[in-house]
Amino acid sequence: MELTNIFKFLYEKLAASGLPQTLVDLIALIAAAFIVFGFLAVMALFLVWWERKVSAHIQQRFGPMRTGWHGWIQTVVDMIKLLQKEDITPAAVDRPVFYWAPIVALTAAFAAYVVIPFGKGLIVADLNIGILFIVGITTFTIISLLMAGWGSNNKYALLGGMRSAAQVVSYEVPMVVAILSIVVFAGSMSMGDIVNSQSKIYEWYIFRLPFGPIAFIIYLIAGTAETNRTPFDLPEAEQELVAGFNIEYSGMKFAMFFFAEFVNLFTISAIAATLFLGGWQGPFLPSWIWFLIKSLGMVFVLMWFRWTFPRLRVDQLMEFSWKFLLPLAFVNLIIAGLMKYSKWFNW
Amino acid sequence: MNETATGKRTMILNMGPQHPATHGVLRVQLELDGETVVKATPVIGYLHTGIEKNAEAKLYYKVIPMTDRMDYLAPMSNNLGFCLALEKLLGLEMPPKVIYARVLLTELTRIASHLVWVGTHALDLGAMSMLLYAFRERELIIDIYEAVSGQRMMSTYFRIGGLAYDLPEDFDKKVKNILKVIPERLKDYERLLNDNKIFRGRTIGVAKISGDDAVNCGLTGPILRGSGVNYDVRKANPYCGYDQFDFNVPLGKNGDVYDRYLVRMEEIKQSLRIVQQALEGMPEGPYQVHAPGIVLPPKEDVLSKMESLIFHFKLITQGFTPPRGAVYQAIESPKGELGYYISSDGTNKPHRMRVRPPCFVNLSVLPKLIEGGLVADVIAAIGSIDIVLGEVDR
Repeated sequence: MELTNIFKFLYEKLAASGLPQTLVDLIALIAAAFIVFGFLAVMALFLVWWERKVSAHIQQRFGPMRTGWHGWIQTVVDMIKLLQKEDITPAAVDRPVFYWAPIVALTAAFAAYVVIPFGKGLIVADLNIGILFIVGITTFTIISLLMAGWGSNNKYALLGGMRSAAQVVSYEVPMVVAILSIVVFAGSMSMGDIVNSQSKIYEWYIFRLPFGPIAFIIYLIAGTAETNRTPFDLPEAEQELVAGFNIEYSGMKFAMFFFAEFVNLFTISAIAATLFLGGWQGPFLPSWIWFLIKSLGMVFVLMWFRWTFPRLRVDQLMEFSWKFLLPLAFVNLIIAGLMKYSKWFNW
Repeated sequence: MNETATGKRTMILNMGPQHPATHGVLRVQLELDGETVVKATPVIGYLHTGIEKNAEAKLYYKVIPMTDRMDYLAPMSNNLGFCLALEKLLGLEMPPKVIYARVLLTELTRIASHLVWVGTHALDLGAMSMLLYAFRERELIIDIYEAVSGQRMMSTYFRIGGLAYDLPEDFDKKVKNILKVIPERLKDYERLLNDNKIFRGRTIGVAKISGDDAVNCGLTGPILRGSGVNYDVRKANPYCGYDQFDFNVPLGKNGDVYDRYLVRMEEIKQSLRIVQQALEGMPEGPYQVHAPGIVLPPKEDVLSKMESLIFHFKLITQGFTPPRGAVYQAIESPKGELGYYISSDGTNKPHRMRVRPPCFVNLSVLPKLIEGGLVADVIAAIGSIDIVLGEVDR
């Protein structure tokens, strides 16, 4: 049951309707954007609920139970509540910066999905620089956090914003180097090609010894740091900075940050699944189901981290990135290059 | 932004009184250079209840419920200190059952207080799930409070001259359950925290204080013993029959947050040992001393005998009058040395009650612990002192 066939069928119907080709393509693109947006909106709502359930069961609680079966409507209701809330803008904020920060956060979070293959042929645009695009566009998140931190005119928010900028910049570097080792091996930056190069399970990059698992772990750690989740949740460290960069936000603006956070969580997991776990490849089940299984498995791992680990301190965070992860990532890249170069070393 | 003497531009940050990790309404005025703390000033008084002054207007036995509200995480310890001080003033000797029950319950209180501590401390460091695990175990102890006194938090179970009621029938079973469950759960905690790289990184070498400094600052309790100073009121100056029990006083070496954590975890185990001994050796006998006019007569007698009714009536309305004089009684509360100084002028109300609060004294060392550290260390340090603002402000 491949979704591609449905979309192909719809596209052909549209093309046969006699509209000019450019208009057909435009409609198809807009439709694709809406489909991705809708998918992510539902996914974010689901993840919020899931996170609450996972955390509750880790902590020997039940979590939401009253609204719907095991509380599945809870996040929908929460979202409606946040939509209705008064949007408070404190008097002392830098208005344009304060206003735009959540919008930038959400846009950056969604834009990454242009190049993520959701299944066989299910990709909005298979750019030849796909992975570079993702790395670039997700970095916009820092700008939004900095904007929120600076624009709020609040000391906690400022500290949170500064922390997040320092953190994301530091962890971006080992992450990119870790991804680079995959790119070296796949010989392409296109997400489609990277997935195609791991069609058998032993070809998944996580199983390509010795560089694969190391790159995966570096990516996982850096990804956790990028999404500001425990043990790297310093920008919003509740016990230190109260709420960090989003302390002054309320109503829908707060919801947008929240939304962006969970979309980012799924992004990191989806990229991990695509780069290291064979993307949508898998037997028996349709490709998009494999993609969802792998991504949500990664999401669960990240949630597990969050509810188990304590939080690092700022200096330890920096040290870990620059003194440990980055050198390791470079060594790993060299190993990957050598393996690629000496073909007999490859299987 | 403002300039310091060295020309650095610093930022003043008011941490608290409304802050998720200052354990109540503590306010710490931090002067920050980036994330480094240049200067820290704790500001207290947001939870001032005037308990000491209030006591002067109350009959002696009416002070006991107020003591619960000081260190609300260790109500039994507070009751014990006050009751012991007055019993010293009155020269009362407790029957063995009272001694054993009091020791057992105050040690359970110590466990409960330390459990709350380990939960909130781990929460401060970001390990959120620990809080719920610790509260789950504390619940067992709270159930015992409820069984003996009918109250879950403000138990007010100890009375001047004994206990409020006899121990309930299923008391043994409940305590045995605690003795079985908590040691296993402690192992889980230790697996979760002791060797956790991040937890160790956040606590080892953080907020250090040497043994000499700790003594000079007047610190007591686990924070003092974490620095390697062997001072525990239970051993140094035994009260309430603590010399009859066999237990060790755990000591730390480095005086950092991690050692304080280890000391508290070990204290829980030692307290469990004491509880076990107290439960096994629990003697039969009266739960109150025989002292008419000081201790309420049994309810059956009040309803059937005239003298008892008169005693009851007089005690409730007029209280009792201890002799003139002053008395100081210290106990080892979960937080440190908790002392009650009571001055009596021979009337039925205290002339002055002064509490030596461990939390207040321990908190005074906070600037010393955190200046030069990072904002994140401030949280770790506040947590490691284990303050309860109700007691700091009284």
